[in-house]
Amino acid sequence: MSAADVVILGAGLVGASCAESLSRQKLRVTVIEAGVVGAGATAAGMGHITVMDDSEAQFALTRYSQSLWRARIKELPASVEWQNAGTLWVAADDEEMQAVHTKQAFYTQRGVPVHTLDARAVVEAEPNLRPGLAGGFLVPQDSVIYAPCAAAWLMQRAKAAGAHMRLGVRATRVDGRRVHLDDDTHIDAGSVIVACGHWSRQLLPNVPVRPRKGHLAITDRYPGFVHHQLVELGYLKSAHGHDNESVAFNVQPRATGQLLIGSSRQFDIEHSEVEPRFLARMLARAFEYMPGLQNMSIIRTWTGFRAATPDSLPLIGPHPSHDGLYLATGHEGLGITTSLGTAAILTDHMMHRPPAIPIEPYLPARFANV
Amino acid sequence: MSEQRTIAAKMLCDGAAFHTSVSGEPRAPLCGMGVCMECRATVDGSPHQRTCQTLMDQPPSTAPHQAHFDVLVVGAGPAGLAALWAASQSGVTAGMVDDNPAAGGQIWRNALPAEWAQRAARLESNFLPGTRIYATASTPNGLWAERGSPSQRVHITYNKLILATGARERFLPFPGWTLPGVFGAGGLQALVKTGLPVEGKRVVVAGSGPLLLAVAAYLKKRGARISLIAEQTTRARRNDFLTLLLRNPSKLLQAVKLRAQLGAIRYRMSTWVTRAQGEGRLQGVTLNGGRTLDCDYLACGFGLVPNTELAALLGCRIDDGYVAVNHSQQTTVDNIYCAGEPTGIGGVDKAIAEGLIAGYAATGQTALARAGFPKRDRGNLFRRQLDTAFALRPELAAITTPDTIVCRCEDVHLAKILDHRSWRDLKLQTRCGMGPCQGRICGPAVEYLRGWPADSVRPPLYPVEARHLL
Ligand SMILES: Cc1cc2nc3c(=O)[nH]c(=O)nc-3n(C[C@H](O)[C@H](O)[C@H](O)COP(=O)(O)OP(=O)(O)OC[C@H]3O[C@@H](n4cnc5c(N)ncnc54)[C@H](O)[C@@H]3O)c2cc1C
Ligand SMILES: Cc1cc2nc3c(=O)[nH]c(=O)nc-3n(C[C@H](O)[C@H](O)[C@H](O)COP(=O)(O)OP(=O)(O)OC[C@H]3O[C@@H](n4cnc5c(N)ncnc54)[C@H](O)[C@@H]3O)c2cc1C
Repeated sequence: MSAADVVILGAGLVGASCAESLSRQKLRVTVIEAGVVGAGATAAGMGHITVMDDSEAQFALTRYSQSLWRARIKELPASVEWQNAGTLWVAADDEEMQAVHTKQAFYTQRGVPVHTLDARAVVEAEPNLRPGLAGGFLVPQDSVIYAPCAAAWLMQRAKAAGAHMRLGVRATRVDGRRVHLDDDTHIDAGSVIVACGHWSRQLLPNVPVRPRKGHLAITDRYPGFVHHQLVELGYLKSAHGHDNESVAFNVQPRATGQLLIGSSRQFDIEHSEVEPRFLARMLARAFEYMPGLQNMSIIRTWTGFRAATPDSLPLIGPHPSHDGLYLATGHEGLGITTSLGTAAILTDHMMHRPPAIPIEPYLPARFANV
Repeated sequence: MSEQRTIAAKMLCDGAAFHTSVSGEPRAPLCGMGVCMECRATVDGSPHQRTCQTLMDQPPSTAPHQAHFDVLVVGAGPAGLAALWAASQSGVTAGMVDDNPAAGGQIWRNALPAEWAQRAARLESNFLPGTRIYATASTPNGLWAERGSPSQRVHITYNKLILATGARERFLPFPGWTLPGVFGAGGLQALVKTGLPVEGKRVVVAGSGPLLLAVAAYLKKRGARISLIAEQTTRARRNDFLTLLLRNPSKLLQAVKLRAQLGAIRYRMSTWVTRAQGEGRLQGVTLNGGRTLDCDYLACGFGLVPNTELAALLGCRIDDGYVAVNHSQQTTVDNIYCAGEPTGIGGVDKAIAEGLIAGYAATGQTALARAGFPKRDRGNLFRRQLDTAFALRPELAAITTPDTIVCRCEDVHLAKILDHRSWRDLKLQTRCGMGPCQGRICGPAVEYLRGWPADSVRPPLYPVEARHLL
């Protein structure tokens, strides 16, 4: 038996961010991780740090988080592969161009620098996109990172500030402020934070997160072929809709010169195998926007699970019916971006300080019977 | 067929540059068999082409887009050829694919023994050379293959599948092993067989196992000057092995013939290379004990690693690194059989015996299958004797110094590898094993150095153009 002020379950990017942030408050933090650091959704994700406008609450958290990432650019080790690539949202037709104008107004009103591109400017910015696109929308401050190394870096910093970490141990049950582990020991803490991504449901069956599977493919190195993170505007429908299956064109240039090709979403699939049929559908969508991808060498494909919530917002804050229990999960396809913001507002809340952005929209208590 | 030359062989001969590693080192082919990806170069404007698998005069692809076989054999080495022949005796349509331009596998590359050449000739119409299986299709009993240049995709279905995918070489990293001029032992042999001249070249052959002798004999015949064969195992172990061979007349005969071919070439036990040196290309090696030798090429391999990836992708159980099979060579998946090196590294006789059993058993010719059991069992005995005789000694781990590159695709040094506690962690944090060879070269090395078995297998098994995944 051991004791800690805070026990964090899960060392994905969200758990690692919380560990860093809380241990810097001089709290005694212990992190319990069933596998290795960053091996869950954090290892699968694209690492796009992006400000999104699906709702005011989503905007607030993504924007705040992005500002936290940007404030730390100088500290990031090279392994995090920070690249200020910018996002280019691609509009296929006039209808999508209308959406661009709405977005332009939304971001501009809120002080985020953006540029609307006409058809010619899109070709200039990304010559390898297919001809005939209507235009695009550039968000220059969006970036790309390599998330597993970011998680490792944050854990390292947490440990430097006194945190303990136990790898290869799984929490089997949370009982008030006591966590039972699969090595038949338990650990008592002042507070327990469940940051187990979509696995949080295994510990707390009523937490409203659903695994949402995604496929990705990575190419060999083709430096200079793509300059920005490219996303079709239709992505927003795919990400924020609740269709059982959807794909969207989403291509990311990696610091290595490789291209990461996404994206896909599937509910209600529990196995992690790559599904050739679905991978094909996702690639076909990518080829429509960028025909040159067809001849590129794919060296690997994989899948990961996002933790999706019914309202597309994460669950951050106290569990409504268990004292001392906190949630930090449900980040769907934005947890790489929002990890730092999640940790910051949760830490402020736990330290009884006013957070930089209101925590209310993310409080688990918004759902009945959590 | 045998006069056809690969682009890699031509480029090596011309001293042409292949590609530069991610940290800027010039690289040249290592494995000679399409696995290490170091032979990649831009061919006719297309980057990342595997030149060791592409002929100078690549015939235009006449691929069928669709093929069905009652029995499909993957791999046209001794095991695959035997399986195809045995299955065909039953009258079913049996087909065979291999990623090389011709049948023969590693040992018979481009030159089949007469008996098998005759059989292969009769079955030629059902053989798809230059055809590489890279993924399972979403249809049941379906596989995706690619062939030709520019490559085309073939959808192949089967009722019964026989995997005879053979083995690749095991590499242990040492300082300088990334220099152009350092090859696998079988790797150099393969390149010479596909058109690289070695006449007058000074070659050191090093590593472990009987393959070293076969390679040295072959290179000598092609005019190379073999300065030394360095075998890591001890004289005592080798002598025990020779004693056992006295009870195995066919192997003994092979050994005696080989020895005769080698003539006065020095064959040293308890000897290994600790460093390869040279400016931009190999110029010499240092042996344990400190002696140095000048050479043009080093042919270096530490035994073989089974190609089990396709079996794993198909859901066959892998035990201790080998495909699990029953007495009929049937895997844990009912309609899939496996023969040759993937079930255990045991040489050509075992491969043929298992191939015959698999071919007969898959087509219901049970009596014939059974008749092959004793030969196969002798093959398995030989396999265990090989394992003992050429087991890698623990001191070899020391040749990999902290500043040695272990993962050649991503240029990850040993020092970084020592910082991590599992494959998964290592891979995520350092990119070790994440490059185009997908850990096929560094995986076995890391397994030897750290004891971690290989990571998961996902499609594609080999890098393929994205359009082939549609
Ligand atoms: C295909 C895909 C693409 C994505 N792209 C992006 C993107 O571009 N940008 C972006 O911002 N986000 C993206 N995401 C989302 C992002 O990856 C996730 O939101 C984020 O990684 C979540 O981090 P996490 O720490 O909450 O969860 P995880 O990384 O899943 O971590 C949870 C950890 O908890 C551990 N664990 C589970 N159960 C237990 C237990 N019982 N005891 C102890 N430990 C346990 C797991 O081993 C794991 O390490 C993407 C996701 C996917 C799947
Ligand atoms: C590089 C090398 C050189 C060797 N040289 C000698 C030698 O000189 N003398 C000697 O006695 N023994 C040699 N051996 C050992 C010899 O290969 C074995 O003893 C035995 O003959 C193996 O027979 P096999 O049929 O099991 O495999 P192999 O002969 O290895 O045949 C397997 C075949 O399957 C093909 N294949 C694998 N995966 C796929 C796929 N996905 N799609 C299509 N095709 C595929 C391979 O390219 C290969 O042609 C060598 C081994 C290696 C690895």
